[in-house]
Amino acid sequence: MFYREAGDFKSSYVEDGQTFPIRFDRYRYYAVLLVGFAVVPFLINDYWVNAVFLPFLIYSIAAIGLNILVGYCGQVSLGTGGFMAVGAYACYKLMTAFEGINVFFHVILSGGITAAVCVLFGLPSLRIKGFYLAVATLAAQFFLVWLFNRVPWFYNYSASGQISAPERTLFGIPVTGAETAPWAAYLFCLVFCVASAIIARNLTRGMAGRKWMAIRDMDIAAEIIGVNPLKAKLSAFAISGFFVGISGALFFSVYLGAVEVGEAFGINKSFLVLFMVIIGGLGSIFGSFAGAAFLVLLPVLLKNVLVGTLGWPTDLAAHLEFIIVGAMIVVFLIAEPHGLAQLWRVAKEKLRLWPFPH
Amino acid sequence: MLDTSEGYVTEDGRKIGGVVMEMKNITLRFGGVVAIKDISFDVREGEIRAIIGPNGAGKSSMLNVISGFYNPQEGEVWYKGQRRPHMKPYQVARQGIARTFQNIALFEGMTVLDNVMTGRIRQMQAGLLSQAIWKGKAEREEVENREAVEKIIDFLEIQSIRKTPVGRLPYGLKKRVELARALAAEPSILLLDEPMAGMNVEEKEDMSRFVLDVNDEFGTTIVLIEHDMGVVMDLSDRVVVMDYGKKIGDGTPDEVRKNQDVIDAYLGVAHD
Repeated sequence: MFYREAGDFKSSYVEDGQTFPIRFDRYRYYAVLLVGFAVVPFLINDYWVNAVFLPFLIYSIAAIGLNILVGYCGQVSLGTGGFMAVGAYACYKLMTAFEGINVFFHVILSGGITAAVCVLFGLPSLRIKGFYLAVATLAAQFFLVWLFNRVPWFYNYSASGQISAPERTLFGIPVTGAETAPWAAYLFCLVFCVASAIIARNLTRGMAGRKWMAIRDMDIAAEIIGVNPLKAKLSAFAISGFFVGISGALFFSVYLGAVEVGEAFGINKSFLVLFMVIIGGLGSIFGSFAGAAFLVLLPVLLKNVLVGTLGWPTDLAAHLEFIIVGAMIVVFLIAEPHGLAQLWRVAKEKLRLWPFPH
Repeated sequence: MLDTSEGYVTEDGRKIGGVVMEMKNITLRFGGVVAIKDISFDVREGEIRAIIGPNGAGKSSMLNVISGFYNPQEGEVWYKGQRRPHMKPYQVARQGIARTFQNIALFEGMTVLDNVMTGRIRQMQAGLLSQAIWKGKAEREEVENREAVEKIIDFLEIQSIRKTPVGRLPYGLKKRVELARALAAEPSILLLDEPMAGMNVEEKEDMSRFVLDVNDEFGTTIVLIEHDMGVVMDLSDRVVVMDYGKKIGDGTPDEVRKNQDVIDAYLGVAHD
């Protein structure tokens, strides 16, 4: 009923080009932000932060990054896990080498370093497409994990071969290390997540996004109307790498605290983030969030239902969880190949006309 | 033969200026196949120049040479008084040469508006950082170029489908959107590869009117390939006729119509 365009007139192109052109949408967005920043931090405890909120926020950033590359620019990547590892190890090296600098900048810088690495591995995209590019990025995944395992400099020659995040503070409040309060970790990640989403949205609605989508939809036509394919593809790799690097840095420093590269950033991670992007919806920022929520929350929910409510043994529930999640992904992709974002879009179209659809 | 050395005035009173593009002895080969053989012609400012010929004559290859998609093995392309060096297609586009395609090449996943905005690539230079925060140059450029694009959308009468994804549009409208995208670049030369292919009579009439209006209102030089002889003869100021990669005629529609080689190429000739 309130979801209406009628009467909501736009009198300038700035208003017409905004992210949420419908008033109801806009207020809902502000409400979500308000709840996220001002209400949730007071309610959450350790379990909620570590099981739900941190993985959701961090995977959302990674999914936004991968969505820019796969969904907007049409370049397939299976190296996300490796690139997250770059972010994590860059963050670790920066945190231990430059203690005086705030951890906030360490995370951003790790994003920058990952962007550079991502561009390097994106160079083959200028010659190859589709499955072949996927294989080339798969090589990046294996190479990077191998590199971080084999070169002791990356883990500061520690005996275990692991990296662990030292305690760092922001405004005097610890955000990494064992002393971190749940709300501090949550807010730290939330700031990065919201900023990433806004930046990604701005880039994709402007000329950069149009160039990427032009390359995705028809690369030859794009080149003939003036898109430089080299710049467009590599900028997509760079921006994507930046977000994926930030998510890797947060995953290591805030969420896990200590990381063994093969375990935390293996090929599984690449597939997980790719699934999030595909299930959420290619070429949609909202889809990145939806996909991350789906794949993070569903296992938690299933576990609570199976173990908590039905009282099944934990190991049985864990195995069933794999089967159910896998089956749901298959069913879901057959029913709606364009992902959750498309479902959301259809629902909005219906709402717009409700309750008089004719 | 029409004297075109200093420019000329057409029958309907339009002034045609000097040479803006000249093709000199272009030869294009694919392996052993010669697609274009030693062809020269010029394009003058403000004129509508048609390239015609039977199937496989090398018309589209010629257009691809002009837009930088193919590089001829021999010959020179002169543009605005300068010899054009070897260039990538996107560099050619940035010099002000826009084109449409025989098989529509729109970006199907984007809206009409985004497709046309993409045509403004030459005019939008804001950096990534400015776009990321959506303030300053990026926002200003977006609004300025949106205004320019809206004029073209008005001109081609596609206001109502502005926000529709291109994939959902019917064929005739797609052709129009493609013309809009090319026009958005404010090109000095507009290349149209069979703009009326697969259209019914009404759509052809609409498209012809748009082509004439574009030439008239914006003064855009147009090079077009078309199979419909009626359309070509009505629209164009001068015509190049190609057959088997060779040029067999060049001149006004009336001259070309009387040319014996052209008649032979189109109607066939007895070999006995």
